[in-house]
Amino acid sequence: MNEALLISLFVFVLALFVGNELIQKVPQTLHTPLMSGSNAISGITVVGALALVGTGLAQQEGLARWLGLAAIVFAMINVVGGFAVTDRMLRMFRRR
Amino acid sequence: MSILKAIEYGSLHMTGALAQAAPQAGRSVMTTVQDMAYLVASILFILGIKRLRSPKTARDGNTIAAAGMALAIVATLLTASVSSLVGMAIAALLGSAIGAVMAARVQMTQMPQMVALFNGFGGIASALVAGGEWASERASAAGQQAAPAVDAAVTHATTSASTSVETQVMIGLSILIGMVAFTGSLVAAGKLNGNISGKPIVLPAQLALNVALLVGSLVGIGLFAALGGPMWALALTVALSAILGVTLTVPIGGADMPVMVSLLNSYSGLAAAATGFIIFNKALIVSGALVGASGLILTVIMCKAMNRSLANVLFAGIGTADSTGAASTTESATGKPVKRADADDTAIILDSAQRVMFVPGYGLAVAQAQHALRELADELTRRGVKVMYGVHPVAGRMPGHMNVLLAEADVPYEQLLDIDQANAEIEQCDVAMVIGANDVVNPATRHDQSSPIFGMPIIDVDKAQTVFVLKRSMAAGYAGVDNELFVADNTLMVFGDAKDTLQKVLAAIKEL
Repeated sequence: MNEALLISLFVFVLALFVGNELIQKVPQTLHTPLMSGSNAISGITVVGALALVGTGLAQQEGLARWLGLAAIVFAMINVVGGFAVTDRMLRMFRRR
Repeated sequence: MSILKAIEYGSLHMTGALAQAAPQAGRSVMTTVQDMAYLVASILFILGIKRLRSPKTARDGNTIAAAGMALAIVATLLTASVSSLVGMAIAALLGSAIGAVMAARVQMTQMPQMVALFNGFGGIASALVAGGEWASERASAAGQQAAPAVDAAVTHATTSASTSVETQVMIGLSILIGMVAFTGSLVAAGKLNGNISGKPIVLPAQLALNVALLVGSLVGIGLFAALGGPMWALALTVALSAILGVTLTVPIGGADMPVMVSLLNSYSGLAAAATGFIIFNKALIVSGALVGASGLILTVIMCKAMNRSLANVLFAGIGTADSTGAASTTESATGKPVKRADADDTAIILDSAQRVMFVPGYGLAVAQAQHALRELADELTRRGVKVMYGVHPVAGRMPGHMNVLLAEADVPYEQLLDIDQANAEIEQCDVAMVIGANDVVNPATRHDQSSPIFGMPIIDVDKAQTVFVLKRSMAAGYAGVDNELFVADNTLMVFGDAKDTLQKVLAAIKEL
């Protein structure tokens, strides 16, 4: 296993623990916004799609480019839709 | 491929891996700036989620996370070639527009199917990026064969990245998880939306079939990595994992969907993390892990709330669609008579109470009675009654769904109690009013070991002085179990449509 992969694995496992600590403290009332918001965060894959299409060989390689562009569409639906709908929900939570 | 292209490819595209593999190429200032931006974005995601601890700060938290995403996107564009910008902009605007319209139009009752759909989109996006990386690397390898004179260091670097077994395994895993999340989410969304029957569809040899599909997908990945990345092996994995997503979700009943949606949420995060491993992008890995952990925790919470193991939810094929069977309204199946109350009786008892707890189930949302309930609660508050809502974790169709539905009806969030808070208060309540809920308030779960829902945590409404149960009929809940609460001495049944009943009670109270 090369070192870059090993470092990635460290980051991944530590982030899992951070996520566990963070999410345990989210109250039930906010579980739906948590899901839609974390959904938006999983749209981070758009970064991978942009890197794929914007740099490297994908510019010349037709298949890679089209796969990347399709990924951008799906991921941006996730990002924009996810953050927007979460905001819409959280606006409804009001005090007395 | 020209030497220049190869170097550009090496220094820009393969940031993490090649920084180590080819120090000759060096890290450009841009990629360092980019990595710092990803670090800041990861921090913003964590701070954003941290603010979801309270409804007071949650909206800011969402904005902070969105800012992190914007930063990550802008940073990625720093190294993008100018020629690629137009295509990316069109794709991004298209996706953004679709997402914005969906987010603006969706009704709160439809939130579970939309979140399911978004889980699927996240999954397919990650799988597509993984596929794109494979296609790009294949092209890169072909390019090198065409230009054998490429500088040795660059050749070494690019080869080690494009033919690395680990990378190919990660490409396969990303596609496997992403495709399962995609097709599984489409089925889940279809079930939640009513396009597909909510009933669990038990497949023949279901467990064996799923195991076979999973093993087949993994074998596909193994062959893909072992044989130097042939397309057919990847196609095999794509096909089998797509089918696996369907066969995993089809047997899940409508009422078990909160578990499945949470699990698919987790998969969409893990798919993003797997994609992060392919391109050594820490932002993807951190975010994917956060979402993966979140989905997994919610899955466990939902399973606990139903007192079932994940394996039981996934493979038992129970959890039918909501029961709508019409049954007698005068007596239970055991023959014990039920006590009935009309709107006027209910109004008098509510008005004389000091503390009232409403316990809503999904029947409340089906009857669209949230606003009628809140109006009744407001009137009671005006009359000096302390009002609260006890919300069971599986009261809605996804984790926290009922809370959102009540918030939409302007119920203040301080009045929303979770199951533990509700049970701490229930004995001091003069009245508990159950609206469209059934199994989550069945006392048999505490003592009747023969009951299929024995051991499931419930809101102990039977410990309140008086219990009103608003219900259409005596029909059993989704677990198909009779509810002894309905014939308890301190229970009064109010039959009819929930919205209609609540409005009548409100009118009666106003006349007192």
